[in-house]
Amino acid sequence: MTRRRSIEPLLWTLFSAGGVVAALVLPVHLLLFGFAFPLGWLEPPSYQRLVGLVHNPLVRLYLLVVCTLPLFHAAHRFRYTLYDGLQIKHLNELVNPLCYGGALVGSALAVWLVWSFP
Amino acid sequence: MNVTPTYTEFHPRWYRRRPTTWWWLHKGAYLRFILRELSSLFIAYFVAVTLAQLYALSRGEAAYARWQAWMASPLALVLNAVSLALITYHAVTWFSLAPKAMVVHLRGRPVPGTWIAAANYLAWLVASVVVAWVLIGG
Repeated sequence: MTRRRSIEPLLWTLFSAGGVVAALVLPVHLLLFGFAFPLGWLEPPSYQRLVGLVHNPLVRLYLLVVCTLPLFHAAHRFRYTLYDGLQIKHLNELVNPLCYGGALVGSALAVWLVWSFP
Repeated sequence: MNVTPTYTEFHPRWYRRRPTTWWWLHKGAYLRFILRELSSLFIAYFVAVTLAQLYALSRGEAAYARWQAWMASPLALVLNAVSLALITYHAVTWFSLAPKAMVVHLRGRPVPGTWIAAANYLAWLVASVVVAWVLIGG
């Protein structure tokens, strides 16, 4: 029996890995950078401190994970939101490349930004 | 399409009505489902914001000040408020579903679902404290 190998299991794995990362760390990032720092609840870290952090290899790895996996999670979930929610089933050939393509472009950008950070 | 349909005593296929596009507005549970699904858009938005932050950091102090000013703008605050609400909703539903997604056995017995959910919430707390401490502590 010949069966075409499907990419679907990989997409579901990325979906759940990204879902875990997004759930674990995005809320605290948002709370701090989106509210606590701009609204003056807490003293924001200085520019020098943040640049120093990005120079740390562990932080770079962390940033890569945080800026790639959740994109694939979001792409996968949004694809099915359009499919089930809005019942856009006839545009799969357009929706899927746009969702996963967007995640790929974002991830490439993340790799480039982390790699080329001065 | 069958051009010469054969007669059958029973209907060959159920007639199914296509639900409306707005089916998810009809019931609270459906609406919560779609809101959870829409968290994906705001996850993508916030990753984009973080990438912009990284870019601004790489461009120098003035560029980073502009990024900070954008984060304090009314539009960003509204987007961030919606994002925080939906991403937190995603996190809560995700961790609460974890016991159903993975059944852990310990000494041949399944670990109670509440323990697995509690372990996930604990990991969430630890991760949040570590991130906050790295950014502002010490």
